[in-house]
Amino acid sequence: MHKLLLKGGLVVDPAAGEIFPADILIEKGKIAAIGQDLEASEGTVIDVGGRLVSPGLIDMHVHFREPGFEAKETIATGSRAAARGGFTAVACMPNTDPVADNRAVISYIRARAEQAGLIKVYPVAALTRGSRGEELTEMADLKEAGAVAFSDDGRPVSSAAVMRRAMQYARMVGLPVISHCEEPTLSAGGVMHEGYMSTVLGLPGIPAAAEEIMVARDIILSEHTGCPLHIAHVSTAGSVRLIREAKARGVPVTAEVTPHHFTLTDRAVAGYNTSAKVNPPLRTEEDVAALKEALADGTIDVIATDHAPHTVEEKDVEFQLAPFGMVGLETAVGLVWTELVIPGVLSPVEAIRKLTVNPARILGLQDGVIRVGADADITIIDPGLTEVVDPSTFASKGRNSPFSGKKLQGLPVATIVRGRLVYDRGLLAVT
Amino acid sequence: MNWKRKDVLGLQNLSVEEIEIILDTAVSMKEVLGRTIKKVPALRGRTVVTLFYEPSTRTRTSFELAAKYLSADSVNLSASTSSVVKGETLKDTARTLAAMGADVVVLRHPMAGAPNLLAETIPAAVINAGDGTHEHPTQALLDMFTVREKLGKLAGLNVAIIGDILHSRVARSNIWGFTKMGARVRICGPATMIPASIETMGVEVCTGIEEALEGADVVMMLRIQLERQQQGLFPSLQEYTRLFGLNRQRLALARPGALVMHPGPINRGVEISPEVADGVNSVITEQVTNGVAVRMALLYLLGGGGIPVA
Amino acid sequence: MKHKVQILDKEGIRRALTRIAHEIIERNKGTEDLALIGIRRRGVPLAERLAAKIREIEGSVVPVGTLDITLYRDDLNTRDQQPLVHRTEVPFSVTEKKIVLVDDVIYTGRTIRAALDAIMDLGRPRVIQLAVLIDRGHRELPIRPDYVGKNVPTSRREIVEVCLQETDGEERVLILEKD
Repeated sequence: MHKLLLKGGLVVDPAAGEIFPADILIEKGKIAAIGQDLEASEGTVIDVGGRLVSPGLIDMHVHFREPGFEAKETIATGSRAAARGGFTAVACMPNTDPVADNRAVISYIRARAEQAGLIKVYPVAALTRGSRGEELTEMADLKEAGAVAFSDDGRPVSSAAVMRRAMQYARMVGLPVISHCEEPTLSAGGVMHEGYMSTVLGLPGIPAAAEEIMVARDIILSEHTGCPLHIAHVSTAGSVRLIREAKARGVPVTAEVTPHHFTLTDRAVAGYNTSAKVNPPLRTEEDVAALKEALADGTIDVIATDHAPHTVEEKDVEFQLAPFGMVGLETAVGLVWTELVIPGVLSPVEAIRKLTVNPARILGLQDGVIRVGADADITIIDPGLTEVVDPSTFASKGRNSPFSGKKLQGLPVATIVRGRLVYDRGLLAVT
Repeated sequence: MNWKRKDVLGLQNLSVEEIEIILDTAVSMKEVLGRTIKKVPALRGRTVVTLFYEPSTRTRTSFELAAKYLSADSVNLSASTSSVVKGETLKDTARTLAAMGADVVVLRHPMAGAPNLLAETIPAAVINAGDGTHEHPTQALLDMFTVREKLGKLAGLNVAIIGDILHSRVARSNIWGFTKMGARVRICGPATMIPASIETMGVEVCTGIEEALEGADVVMMLRIQLERQQQGLFPSLQEYTRLFGLNRQRLALARPGALVMHPGPINRGVEISPEVADGVNSVITEQVTNGVAVRMALLYLLGGGGIPVA
Repeated sequence: MKHKVQILDKEGIRRALTRIAHEIIERNKGTEDLALIGIRRRGVPLAERLAAKIREIEGSVVPVGTLDITLYRDDLNTRDQQPLVHRTEVPFSVTEKKIVLVDDVIYTGRTIRAALDAIMDLGRPRVIQLAVLIDRGHRELPIRPDYVGKNVPTSRREIVEVCLQETDGEERVLILEKD
């Protein structure tokens, strides 16, 4: 497919903050022209029919489980899930087996993504060897191999000294550090948010302080080292306050929130629903309100899914035995629209900014824009389209969604990566 | 009103009417226990399985006797002898038991919510015999039965629960049960063992034991586990006893004739002094007898033939 | 359910009980070792009334107990919901006693079978006799009452409803027909 013309869409330019009607002509995987009444002499024409034409969405926090946990997800199935969810690029976390702490694993991930051939997969490399929080990884080598950031996501770096040196070194190498903020002695044994619900359910709690202490520590270290710090999956009002204050002082800190943390509270755990078991845990209504406020005022830069697939068998056990994590790629856009855009927390442009240019900027990617000459990565969103979430229809291997049965409005209908249609919901007229 | 519930997983979800049915049925069961021939044919041909993933001789024996007094066949499966050690999941074990024809499964499990998982998996009735730090409904029901029998009512009573509330399923079930029945519940224990937001459950949190005991009609002492000291939750048994142990002087703060209860087994001289444990206010041994009656009531109510599969 | 016919009024019930009281005394040659046990619910007030009549006639107090036969029913395995259990209160030893079991209506005989088992579990009476206000026939077990207030031939479609002051606020016996 050499030429592709998207006709009659509303183009979203998150960088400029504009939405305008325009056609987009794609040639050889790049955007060739943006303008009114474009014509294509050859190739395919897609009638977008007034839907939103967004830069391809970027999910900067997914777990594709390969290598090591292919029963949960593979790079191929994860890529399909991403495409179906409207994402043209993802950054995948290094907590695989083996851990992505060396060039060989990073190269393997990139090669598998290439074979899957659907979306762009950017590997995040481990911050410390084996993500054990002790010795630094070969960051320069990993960067050269294609890593876009460093993180020990899934587990905290408990030693402040190690985190400090990792940040000093990462800054020298020129890549950001993504921190999973959790003070392990406070969270030890915990399986859900510590509060009324954990008291009633008799489940060990993870206090908000376990996250906030580490957010505070890492902000201090970021300020001290000058290393860009990205706080993964912010879940508490206290974390939001710390980040807001740090940004005001000019600390190079950015932050993300997941759709489940801005949608659900710890009440979702009632009945010992293991689909709602996630780390950091679902918090309270006050926290959800603070996260939405932080999204609106820009304290939180990015919406990322923390897509964490598990097998049905792994989740179909006693709550305390079930692994943490939920899938998110295929419900993210619908949740952003239903929970944020439609209620007016974010405008469509602001929402798309947190799914495109902002993560691209943090990771130093060229993606996330619609510009002549840029890769033709495009997501077409129908803001009026509704569906009821049915995990059995997911392209992901994971079925562990707490949103089963929830009605969503605002859904991706087509995903284009480098000019190629990698997902088509079948609603657009293609000629 | 008739009994419609398939399982009893906790007191949180039981209605006042359901609790009353259980307690009233237990009165009849206690009459059976007083006979020379302590056996009625109500559950002939029914099978009760006690599935225990935690050792608890007293609770298991209480259920087994209750089943036998109702003429049910009872089988015990404990974690060490069952296929649990071979790595079979709880759900698979449950399906196996259901396939073997268990009508009622009594589950004791170290993890909160395990009975819920079991109940949604199998058609058999499930009785929670204690799950992690979640609930222990039969203990709370026997406590309520004992109080109602001794004091004639539950509504309006002042109930003090003292000790390690954080790790106590007994405390949680009793808080639900007693508050539902109109009693006022105060809790008291080391600040490290008071769970988050527990006042939202409708209890008053007292910092000192004197405050909790003042005018109490019922004093419920909880067992303190020595391992909590190793976990850093309290400094020493001596200090625990000094701050939260029940002795005769402290008991004098409660109403005359107040009941002293303990779910057992007792740490004599730690949470309760021997003179109080064996004193006139103590109903600790009667709690044990009443436990059998309450468990008979539950087995009877859940062990019928035609309870529709949920 | 439609009203069909009243077969006993207040006076009728009183006369039937008086006659049964006399028969009990006569058959047992007095009241020595005699005890009455009413089957819940309406056997209970009937037993109490019979005891009062016997006291009027003989001047002696006959102990009265209450029996709930729920735990002895033979249909517990087939019913959708468990029937609620009520209290059994027999505040005397039944061993070596002459027990008169009292119920309002005898029909299939299954309730009496359960009651006999229940009493046997309480001890070993010398004899058990049965007094009923109404015998409506259709026995399914080899059981026969010793004292009957009134024999009433019925069809299986009919229902005999006994109303007593203590339990129902009125005194009469009706036959109703199922629709």
